[in-house]
Amino acid sequence: MSNKTINNRAWWLVTPVVLLVAFNALIPLMTVVNYSVQETFGDNVFFWEGVRWFEEVLHSERFHASLLRQLSFTGIILLIEIPLGVAIALTMPKKGVWVSVCLVLMALPLLIPWNVVGAMWNIFALPEIGLLGKMINGLGIDYNFTRQPLAAWFTTILMDVWHWTSLVTLLAYAGLCSIPEAYYQAARIDGASRWAVFRFIQLPKMKRVLTIAILLRFMDSFMIYTEPFVLTGGGPGNSTTFLSIDLVKIALGQFDLGPAAAMSLIYFLIILVLSWIFYTLMMRNEEQ
Amino acid sequence: MAKITLDKIRHSYSAELMRAGDWALKEMDVTWSDGGAYALLGPSGCGKTTLLNIISGLLIPTEGRVLFDDVDVTDLPSDQRHIAQVFQFPVVYDTMTVYDNLAFPLRNRGMPADKIRERVHEIAQMLDLQGSLKRRASGLTADGKQKISLGRGLVRPDVNVIMFDEPLTVIDPHLKWLLRSKLKELHQQVGATMIYVTHDQTEALTFADKVVVMHEGVVVQIGTPVELFERPNHTFVGHFIGSPGMNLLACDLREGKPTIDGHPLEVSAPFTPPDTGVQLQIGIRPEFVKLSREGLAVDIVKVNDVGRYRIVEARYQRQAIKLVVPEDEAIPADRAHILFDPAHTHLYADHWILT
Repeated sequence: MSNKTINNRAWWLVTPVVLLVAFNALIPLMTVVNYSVQETFGDNVFFWEGVRWFEEVLHSERFHASLLRQLSFTGIILLIEIPLGVAIALTMPKKGVWVSVCLVLMALPLLIPWNVVGAMWNIFALPEIGLLGKMINGLGIDYNFTRQPLAAWFTTILMDVWHWTSLVTLLAYAGLCSIPEAYYQAARIDGASRWAVFRFIQLPKMKRVLTIAILLRFMDSFMIYTEPFVLTGGGPGNSTTFLSIDLVKIALGQFDLGPAAAMSLIYFLIILVLSWIFYTLMMRNEEQ
Repeated sequence: MAKITLDKIRHSYSAELMRAGDWALKEMDVTWSDGGAYALLGPSGCGKTTLLNIISGLLIPTEGRVLFDDVDVTDLPSDQRHIAQVFQFPVVYDTMTVYDNLAFPLRNRGMPADKIRERVHEIAQMLDLQGSLKRRASGLTADGKQKISLGRGLVRPDVNVIMFDEPLTVIDPHLKWLLRSKLKELHQQVGATMIYVTHDQTEALTFADKVVVMHEGVVVQIGTPVELFERPNHTFVGHFIGSPGMNLLACDLREGKPTIDGHPLEVSAPFTPPDTGVQLQIGIRPEFVKLSREGLAVDIVKVNDVGRYRIVEARYQRQAIKLVVPEDEAIPADRAHILFDPAHTHLYADHWILT
């Protein structure tokens, strides 16, 4: 234990990494911290404001509203994408030529850039000329995502599900493929039902990849910006203004750099804390 | 309890392989008597696991029937066959406790809870698992997990056959021996037929009353360990079992007698001479080859001292011959003469025994 050589020169070996991290993460983050505690009117003139911006953001109804929208959106897409992704993975073939076909088809939406997805769905869902919009209206349902908040939400969620369910599917599929055949054989001999096989073999074996899938989808959807911005622009009204859209409006639309900086820090902390909670909950039983 | 009959079983994994005549299992008729301890022995890829999976119903044979006590079960699914199987790698349900693992097959079959409790405790006792019933199965060591997989089979009161597919592969060497004697003990306690697949002859010979030896999809011999040693049906059994394996020497017939280069040899029993053109071989175990003043003249190549005896590698012209020589016997330095014990000298025609 105590006979290890103590040689502080070893710290020099760590310096390059420290410098790298400092330049690409800490220093940019510090400028945000700078803005969050000061008021500026340009010309590099700053006035100390303390925690005023933080208090303002935390008490602002506008922030509460977009946080609530954000939480609802993330909650809904997680509730849809995770079970749907797992369900698709379960129906995918394990071997044969169809494996590659399925994998390529599943991977396609993931390869499309965010703003293209937004533009595609915008046109696709337009009530007058879009295939989807025209069809829904043709069924006798009044649908116009540029005017109705509910339709805007429906379209945004559908777009996200289309874009990202594949990620969950691919991860779940990888998890399923790693289960040795003997588990299924043992389950057959034990007389296990299809549901029991899923509940006691497939789900536990997919746990790690699903944890990753949930975390990735949580973080990504919580930061979503481009797709809803291109599709709805945050509207109609403010109905699809999620946190990041609101942040950009404050920072670049109104040029309120102080409150925007405070909001980004709060935003960052929320993501950090929620990710930690998710991870701890899901990994709770691992050590036993 | 049941007698298992494999009636003209043949299996191929695909239609193309079948057309090419490439059978994983070639046609066989095998009967496993009720309550026996069998070992299924053979090198990797000889069809052991295929045969096992056909009995357990995980595979349906391309041709032939599987009978349990004269009832055709060929198309019956595994869970209705009253069989249990322990796999090479331990299969446990990670999220369940040891207790729930053992109770799982009974719950699936709708047994009442109090009966299940009684049964699980009984089996846990047999397997020395009482102490860990409340623990999560994923936390156990490999041998503990393997005991659970075995327990899930034993716990069912209606199990006819328990099959083991190389169950000790992932077990630490010092525990292998313990677990193997446990299996033997359980066999006597439970009385179910056990079929133990392995490629390790020590495992097979210590576990089983009867050993089934497979080679390239064919059952080449079924016999007690002594029979396999003294009278191998096939040259494969001869050199696969025994350490070192049987000596095989090319020979020919002269005046109805097997001879090696004009040296006539006595064999264990009279035989009907085979057709011309078959490959004839003399088979004799190293234990039955003796150093002598007369007989076949050989060159001594190497002497290996393995403790209580020595293994002598000799050479007769191009053919290698091994002898087992007791510790105290003198071994000539380079030239020696050897004699074969006629009672244990066998003659093989195209690898199958003549006498």
